Amino acid sequence: MALPQAKQDVTEARIAALSLPEGGWAEPARREALARVRAMGLPNARDEYWKFTRPDTLVSAEAPAARVLETGEAPLFDSRDRLKLVFVDGVFSAEESDDLSLEGVTIDRLAEAKDIHWAKELYGTLEARGQEPVARPLAALNTAFATDGLLIHVTGKPSKPISLIYRHVSDSSDAILHHVIKVDAGAEATILENGPAAARFNKCMEVDLAAGARLHHVRAQGRDHERRAATHVFARLEKESVFKSFTLSVNGAMTRNEVVVEFTGDDGVAHVAGACMGDGDFHHDDTVFVTHDAVNCESRQVFKKVLRNGATGVFQGKILVKPDAQKTDGYQISQSLLLDEDSQFLAKPELEIYADDVACSHGSTSGAIDEDGLFYLRARGVPRGTAEDLLTIAFIAEAVQEVDDESLQEDLVERVAGWLARRRG
Amino acid sequence: MLEIKNLHVKLEEEDKQILKGVDLEVEAGKVHAIMGPNGSGKSTLSYVLSGRDGYEVTDGSATLLGEDLLDMDVEERAAAGLFLAFQYPVEIPGVGNMTFLRTAVNAQRKARGEEEMSSADFLKVIRARAKELKIDAEMLKRPVNVGFSGGEKKRNEILQMAMLEPKMCILDETDSGLDVDAMKLVADGVNALRDEGRGFLVITHYQRLLDHIKPDVVHIMANGRIIKTGGPELALEVEQNGYADIMSEVA
Ligand SMILES: Nc1ncnc2c1ncn2[C@@H]1O[C@H](COP(=O)(O)OP(=O)(O)OP(=O)(O)O)[C@@H](O)[C@H]1O
Ligand SMILES: [Mg+2]
Repeated sequence: MALPQAKQDVTEARIAALSLPEGGWAEPARREALARVRAMGLPNARDEYWKFTRPDTLVSAEAPAARVLETGEAPLFDSRDRLKLVFVDGVFSAEESDDLSLEGVTIDRLAEAKDIHWAKELYGTLEARGQEPVARPLAALNTAFATDGLLIHVTGKPSKPISLIYRHVSDSSDAILHHVIKVDAGAEATILENGPAAARFNKCMEVDLAAGARLHHVRAQGRDHERRAATHVFARLEKESVFKSFTLSVNGAMTRNEVVVEFTGDDGVAHVAGACMGDGDFHHDDTVFVTHDAVNCESRQVFKKVLRNGATGVFQGKILVKPDAQKTDGYQISQSLLLDEDSQFLAKPELEIYADDVACSHGSTSGAIDEDGLFYLRARGVPRGTAEDLLTIAFIAEAVQEVDDESLQEDLVERVAGWLARRRG
Repeated sequence: MLEIKNLHVKLEEEDKQILKGVDLEVEAGKVHAIMGPNGSGKSTLSYVLSGRDGYEVTDGSATLLGEDLLDMDVEERAAAGLFLAFQYPVEIPGVGNMTFLRTAVNAQRKARGEEEMSSADFLKVIRARAKELKIDAEMLKRPVNVGFSGGEKKRNEILQMAMLEPKMCILDETDSGLDVDAMKLVADGVNALRDEGRGFLVITHYQRLLDHIKPDVVHIMANGRIIKTGGPELALEVEQNGYADIMSEVA
């Protein structure tokens, strides 16, 4: 079916502004992805899947400028022992990064395309699978045009987290990064991501978990008020594997985070969680799609949004249970804490179930700070502002607790506390 | 210590007068009890004194150690030494009991210009106090009142009181929902805090609590007023005959 002309024009204008990296093992996958983009067209406001979030700044040929922000705060995760991998405006910086060697993992750069690579089987494959039943054209665009990224093969249990650090230097940077993470049977790793990446950021991460593999993914988006970001995580879980992904998003003019999870082996566990703090001109969208296509898998989606000053939060979450996915345990909750009446939360929770022996539940709520709790705290002498902050941090706790590592939880909560404190002045 | 004069209170949202001229003075070192039928305004009095929203003082005054309570923010009243043990303690999911109490203790100290308590000192004190009230360490780590039984919530109120060492303690039906042993624990907790510089206002329906916490003065509240004041024998009279006699006597 031909695309509407307007959509086609926008899509072609965007494609024309980019150049497809040629040569190397990834090129065929890139060309296929480009064909997918052309067939789907980039999203516009009429698309059902973009009903709550305007995609125009994410698809325009030119990236809107975004200033680099200095908060004076030490970057998150700074004090922990980790393998540091730094990207500056979307380009890997070997100088600022640690040596890529770490026992239990091999890491290569996408930009250093050789003729043969293990990632050939995966690059664009999970993204392509994730295009059904809902199109995700920005992810296909990413596969076609990504200029850099890391190919991470976890073969054992590396002793420290692999930490991707993004730095935003130029007001007009428009970065497209694509990471592929393959975790072998029984292997386990933690991936951290933080820092402002670019004025506009399109990131895709494909995660392939073999039997019994485990991956912990903790990311923080923040320190860039004018950020525009579209990110995708595609995870495929084989038998008994575990995938846990948590995102803390702070500020940002436009952020759309999509997570697409597919259980292809029995007894898998996937937890996708997020907390976001929005102030003023802030739009944050979490879009999650979990497909159960295996027996006895557990999925959890836990999203909390704190919104003030006219900020907007969006949640679109779906659990799809295929006919043979018996004993599925699916849970989904999305909640917002509205600190004033100008802010809004738009939620579209969905369950689609074709198996009969499943336990799925979902819920979505939106509310103000609990007055009784506030009075109780104040009656014990806690000043109003501190009491509000305590209750706000308590509100996001259920999401933060999805992170297994308690010291990481503490780091994340400290960020949120700092954010709240700065707003109280 | 606490001086309430001709206090008139109505609901903010409705044209409903709840307190219709309450006069009451609790001296330092004394325990006063308030009894009275359901709906007579006892909890309302405790809420108005502690500064809860939703009420409007239309006349009268309330002072703590000579300072105008009604003019202060909720947290200022607490720092000034007022404590209310809630009839219905509030559950606060996500806030650990320990974090909550340490924040409260130090906020009050800071407000009074005192030095904050170190984590180590705080731990030492809270462990000792919790033990006296048979509150185990696990309960201290749990979110405030979440999943606590009725009796555990009430003991937790007393623990907070013990940690905050207020000057004026108002206990709103702290005995209701307690088994015999827990009642004894709570009473012991209160008695341990009795001293010259501290006043108590104990709201209760039952004489039983007053066997353990011996009041100096007993007030009967009905229909938004203190209608009778007497010694401990007044509580016994209520226990035996109910309120009908007293109310007709006054009317
Ligand atoms: N926020 C409110 N909205 C409506 N009515 C209220 C409110 N607060 C108090 N009241 C009413 O005021 C009256 C006094 O209530 P209060 O809770 O003070 O009584 P009480 O003496 O503590 O009763 P009990 O012994 O049952 O605890 C009752 O009729 C109650 O319904
Ligand atoms: Mg009451």
